[in-house]
Amino acid sequence: MSTTVEHVACTFCGCVCDDIAVEFEGTRVVRLRSACGVGRGVIDEHDPEVRPPLVGGREVRWEEAVEAAAAILDQADSPLIYGLSSSAVEAQRKAVELADRLGAIIDTTSSVCHGPTGLAMQAVGEATCTLGEVRDRADLIVFWGCNPSASHPRHFNRFSLTPKGALTPNGRSDRTVFAIDVRPTGSTKQADHFLQVDVGADFEVLTTLRSLVKGNDVGAVASVGGIPVDRLRDLVDRMKDCRYGVVFMGMGLTMSRGRHLNVSELFSLVSELNEYARFSVIPMRGHGNVAGADQVLTWASGYPFAVSYARGYPQFGPGEFTAVDVLARGEADAALIVASDPVAHFPRAAAEHLERIPTIVLDPTPSLTAAIAQVVFPTAYYGLDAAGTAYRMDNVPIPLRRVFPSERPTDEEILDRMIEAVT
Amino acid sequence: MNGRSALGESLTLITGRTREQGIGMHKGKASTEYRRATERAEMNADDMARLLIQDGGRVRLRSAAGEVELPAHAGSLPPGLVFVPMGASVNVLVEAETQGTGMPSFKGSSVTVEPA
Amino acid sequence: MMLGILGGRVYDPTNGIDGEIRDIWVKDGRVVSSDAVGREEAQVVDATGLVVMPGGVDIHSHIAGPKVNAGRKFRPEDHRGTERARTEAFRSGSGRTVPTTHLTGYLYAEMGYTTVMEAATAPLAARHTHEELADVPIIDKGAFITVGNNHFLMECIKEGRRERARDYVAWLLGASKGYAVKIVNPGGVENWKWGSNVGELDDEVIGFGVTPRQILETVAWIGDELGLPHAPHIHGINLGRSSSARTTMETMATLDGQRVHFCHLQFLSYGPGKRGVHASGAVAVAEAVNAHPGVTVDVGQLVFGSATTMTSDGPLQHNLHRTTGAKWVNDDVEGETGGGIVPVLYKRTNPINAVMWATGMELFLLVDDPWKVFLTTDHPNAGCFTAYPQVIRLLMDRAYRSEVFAGIHARARAGSVLPELDREYSLYEIAVISRAGPARALGLKKKGHLGEGADADIAIYREADDKAEMFAHPRFVFKRGELVVRDGAVVADPPGRTFYVAPPYDPGVEKEIRGHFERAYTISFENYSMVGQDPDHGEVIACTRA
Repeated sequence: MSTTVEHVACTFCGCVCDDIAVEFEGTRVVRLRSACGVGRGVIDEHDPEVRPPLVGGREVRWEEAVEAAAAILDQADSPLIYGLSSSAVEAQRKAVELADRLGAIIDTTSSVCHGPTGLAMQAVGEATCTLGEVRDRADLIVFWGCNPSASHPRHFNRFSLTPKGALTPNGRSDRTVFAIDVRPTGSTKQADHFLQVDVGADFEVLTTLRSLVKGNDVGAVASVGGIPVDRLRDLVDRMKDCRYGVVFMGMGLTMSRGRHLNVSELFSLVSELNEYARFSVIPMRGHGNVAGADQVLTWASGYPFAVSYARGYPQFGPGEFTAVDVLARGEADAALIVASDPVAHFPRAAAEHLERIPTIVLDPTPSLTAAIAQVVFPTAYYGLDAAGTAYRMDNVPIPLRRVFPSERPTDEEILDRMIEAVT
Repeated sequence: MNGRSALGESLTLITGRTREQGIGMHKGKASTEYRRATERAEMNADDMARLLIQDGGRVRLRSAAGEVELPAHAGSLPPGLVFVPMGASVNVLVEAETQGTGMPSFKGSSVTVEPA
Repeated sequence: MMLGILGGRVYDPTNGIDGEIRDIWVKDGRVVSSDAVGREEAQVVDATGLVVMPGGVDIHSHIAGPKVNAGRKFRPEDHRGTERARTEAFRSGSGRTVPTTHLTGYLYAEMGYTTVMEAATAPLAARHTHEELADVPIIDKGAFITVGNNHFLMECIKEGRRERARDYVAWLLGASKGYAVKIVNPGGVENWKWGSNVGELDDEVIGFGVTPRQILETVAWIGDELGLPHAPHIHGINLGRSSSARTTMETMATLDGQRVHFCHLQFLSYGPGKRGVHASGAVAVAEAVNAHPGVTVDVGQLVFGSATTMTSDGPLQHNLHRTTGAKWVNDDVEGETGGGIVPVLYKRTNPINAVMWATGMELFLLVDDPWKVFLTTDHPNAGCFTAYPQVIRLLMDRAYRSEVFAGIHARARAGSVLPELDREYSLYEIAVISRAGPARALGLKKKGHLGEGADADIAIYREADDKAEMFAHPRFVFKRGELVVRDGAVVADPPGRTFYVAPPYDPGVEKEIRGHFERAYTISFENYSMVGQDPDHGEVIACTRA
């Protein structure tokens, strides 16, 4: 006898598609409607079976694991709490409370994703919109340094390329699409115009665009960053003339030379374009609830990532309190990793330090970080066997259901117990 | 700074997501699917020919941070670039230096590439 | 739990008490008559020589939700130097003009405020607003939901189906756990999505063929039909412009006879001036306020110093960015609203800022009935809420007011009637504009007074000549009978309640709304509504029509 749950939100990527229907028998998924290949992978592979927590590789009772974790955190002079982006708001709040209480450093996956985007927003602001505005109004779309076909598979169909909206009744043909990237990808193939930019030259191209928007002459230069100036002029003309333009931006800008300076330049360009045409920019937030992590840490501390509570109050320090730096410099003497896998995703020099210090992990699956951790809590997967709220990439809050019956504790519950247990 | 071997050349490393890497993650990072998805390099076909690397042949990638050997395949990349999906293999090559931002150079760092 | 506050000078305007020496008795969080309390078991506070008032009620403040949080995120410079360390019992925080959530609750309580209304949330983001409000301790709260640029509403108006609009708004309030309906620049925010705005009540909203006037009239009608505890709360068209005084008065005229509340009226009371500096239009606007019986207003008094403007008024915020060059956040929200954020620094020496300051003061002093004019700074737009004690001093102490007036730009002084206005607010009147009046306008029958049955939210002040000092550091503050502040510092942080309304509606409207969802939104209808998921410590306040 199967059960079907509708309007399920998939929490893997920043699209947080909430039109998924899951039909299952027991805990086995029988049919899945609307999910993309990656979402399907998440849901099909989901295993809500309770596994006991581990201390030093040994299976223990939950209470013992909590005590062991609390002891590690109490004894640490400089604990690091990191991750949070694949966890519900309810758990994120607890993690921040724990950091406040411990005087810990707390950082989220933003620091290796859209942290530079946050720095740009702090510097110059951000003109943005929700995804429905894109679907309904945008007649000019620019994908800059991102590859939705790989990272956000349903983005094109649901929001940015093909869907029919109020002012875009013909779908794809009502939109002109540009893609700017260092190499051809599945996404650039979908664009009407692909501008291939030299690696590390986005800043120069962006500053040239800003100049052209203002009607300045760029002199005798034929190309900037590998892109012919004529093509940049064409892009500028279209941007100034459109009804509603949207730029989606990603790691191509945040991870390459210039980091937040690239993003500031883009954000300034978008703001300035509003003198001529309505324009917005949307960062392609990667994980399902990294936007939520930003929100929660900001409303509690004032800052979206890279926070230290060591002085008893929140301080902001990208480069100082960001996890890669803290770990690479050997400055953390204990780590609590929630819903994230830095051993897989951090530069080796930083990941290695997690193996040297006592590390506690909360994760539904046996991640690479869990494999080296001192204490492991196999917790429920948010959106599948843990309810809560996740914030989509455009900051729209979406309720998560507990689809599968499960005995696994949630991240929120474990963190709550740790808060009680630490002195 | 990495030296240059007789056959090796300095190329620019881009790491990033792929659909296979995303799907493989959910089978578990020790799974065959994930490893197959993340332990591979894509290069420009002309660069491969010049460096005497067969399609599917193993290459050694070296940076100031470390080195790793991976199978290399020809992909639609402009010359001078090598793409490796994000994951533990490529992170051996990525330096932890974040220039005060928190963000390492996941895209655009230099690596020496030579046949393994 | 029983408490007696004895021998204080009580100001309870709702019950006509003007500085009488009285005892206040509390049991189980409510004010009760003295014979309901066992004196031997009651805790006693000797309030001899102290002033006793109901806890402050802020009818309009931006304290939580996506706009507020974006304001925090994009202003790290606002936080440095204002940090508060955690203690054994209380959380740390930061922020001068946009304090973090815990700090917001502590700061309000430390001034003796116990109820605060979050002035604007998009219904699509209401879930976020409620989650954030759950992290604001001590104070009771509610959220106003923005409807003035709502697509479904405008379609109903266009089709002449106002009953349908009424059912939709009723549904929307329940779905978003809102307390009241808010209108911001009706039609103008939708037009901003086309790069435009509105300037007159009969301008057309692009794509809908309705007018700001129609939106205002419909929503005012809906407020009455549903018997909402608080009147529709209006941030009108032309905020900041020299046409604002005129269109504010036209708006009052068009809504004559209806219950309406005009917020941060200072920002909407300018007339044409000279050489780029608007003039104050407060004289005429105050006269209109005096003349319209159903109208209440809050001033949105400007305070010199740092501020962060944040409103749903997208085109206004873009314009502010263009004219000041300051960094700018904009957010267009599908189907509903928009908004923007721009940091500002208000200076005495800036003639425009000086006129704005004078306009607010004139409104306070020219509106005759304190039950119609409430104390706000439209936090954090015109100033931070922590400046309320300073505003109180300006109202109560004309010598101080003259002193400040003398220091503002000469062009603002030249045009102002302030020197002729020697009115000084009494403590009773302050209690009206900061407690009793807002509570009554909000329809919160248990707030803003100290009669039997009231929530025991009580602020006790030491009288001082410097009224700013007096109101900044209460001696004691009680929240539902629990001591939360002693000598201006938090001693307990119980969670507050979130008030919301759930007016009934014709269930047939849901089918139509679902259809609308497919077209206008990118989340499921089922995932939008918060029905069945009460906000943290939620409490329904009844509407007066079944």
